[in-house]
Amino acid sequence: MWTAILVFTLLALVLGLLLGFAGQAFKVEGDPLADKIDALLPQTQCGQCGYPGCRPYAEAIARGEADINQCPPGGEATIKALADLLGVEPKPLSAEHGVEKPKTVAWIDEQVCIGCTLCIQACPVDAIVGAPKLMHTVIVDECTGCELCVAPCPVDCIYMLPLQAQLEQWRWPSPEERVEIAEAPVPHVSEGRTQALPERGDVA
Amino acid sequence: MTEFLLIFVSTVLVNNFVLVKFLGLCPLMGVSRKLETAMGMGLATTFVLTLSSVLSHLAQNYLLEPFGLEYLRTIAFIVLIAAVVNFTEMALKKASPVLHNVLGIYLPLITTNCAVLGVALLNVQEEHNLAQAAVYGFGAAVGFSLVLVLFAAMRERLAAADVPKPFQGTPIGLVTAGLMALAFMGFAGLVKV
Repeated sequence: MWTAILVFTLLALVLGLLLGFAGQAFKVEGDPLADKIDALLPQTQCGQCGYPGCRPYAEAIARGEADINQCPPGGEATIKALADLLGVEPKPLSAEHGVEKPKTVAWIDEQVCIGCTLCIQACPVDAIVGAPKLMHTVIVDECTGCELCVAPCPVDCIYMLPLQAQLEQWRWPSPEERVEIAEAPVPHVSEGRTQALPERGDVA
Repeated sequence: MTEFLLIFVSTVLVNNFVLVKFLGLCPLMGVSRKLETAMGMGLATTFVLTLSSVLSHLAQNYLLEPFGLEYLRTIAFIVLIAAVVNFTEMALKKASPVLHNVLGIYLPLITTNCAVLGVALLNVQEEHNLAQAAVYGFGAAVGFSLVLVLFAAMRERLAAADVPKPFQGTPIGLVTAGLMALAFMGFAGLVKV
């Protein structure tokens, strides 16, 4: 048995080394500009820009086919960063592609969910777990807030909720935001999930 | 020399892997929609098949037999084939990105092309030596490519043909493949191995 393990380890090692060297030798340089642009995009993969994802949008910008103001999830910050990178003037977000909203995550009302898996198929980042006829739920850390799962849901049990501030990502709100927060109470997403549940007593 | 020629002709025509041994039917149905892709797939498979045939022969004789590990033959061959396919994909991506895009998922799927593993195992079964194994692998690949290209050409014509509704798409493709297999049976008496 030990010979077998040894021989196969050796085989795998040799093949791995060969492939590693081949990988270096045949390395394909991607478009460096598209890489840089892609790094600035929010990676929500929501498709609001009109391209199937952030990477295709980045490539379109690099080719000069797309404008820099088509990314609503990134909002002003992304437009400014892209303008800096490309050396062009920043411009306001294009209205036909959507409006900038505070960062939200999807949340599934598990009492109402019928387990149809339609939202799982719609999710571009596989942030929804579940199985046919079993309830689904959203992995908050993976959700990009793209809202693509909201439309397919036949029972409308998916809500977009503002992300509750965590220690790691909390920052001082800018003055405008502070006014909004003072006026509108923010529902919670994690831990006390049920608190954020809109009143639907008749369904439960 | 005659011996190699015999092996070559017999694998390409008489014992064709696709139409007589029925190995590697997945790419036959999958990549035969267009003639160019079929040619590209044929070339990639030829490379993989010849190389993996030689490598698996070496592994069998210098790695598995000396240590008495013949019972692990299948796993060892699959590991080798996977590595060769990976290598081919990297090389192809560098050499011809267009072809790499066109072949798409079928390129990594050469790994699971049973013709590749079939050639490696049949080499052992028929106790070929190194040169014979190389010719056998190359012949199998040429036979595979020949059938793939012929079949793709036929399917391109079928696409424009007036096929009855229940037969459209894959069914008429399978019927065509069956007729081709019948035609290849005509080669049966050509070589006596």
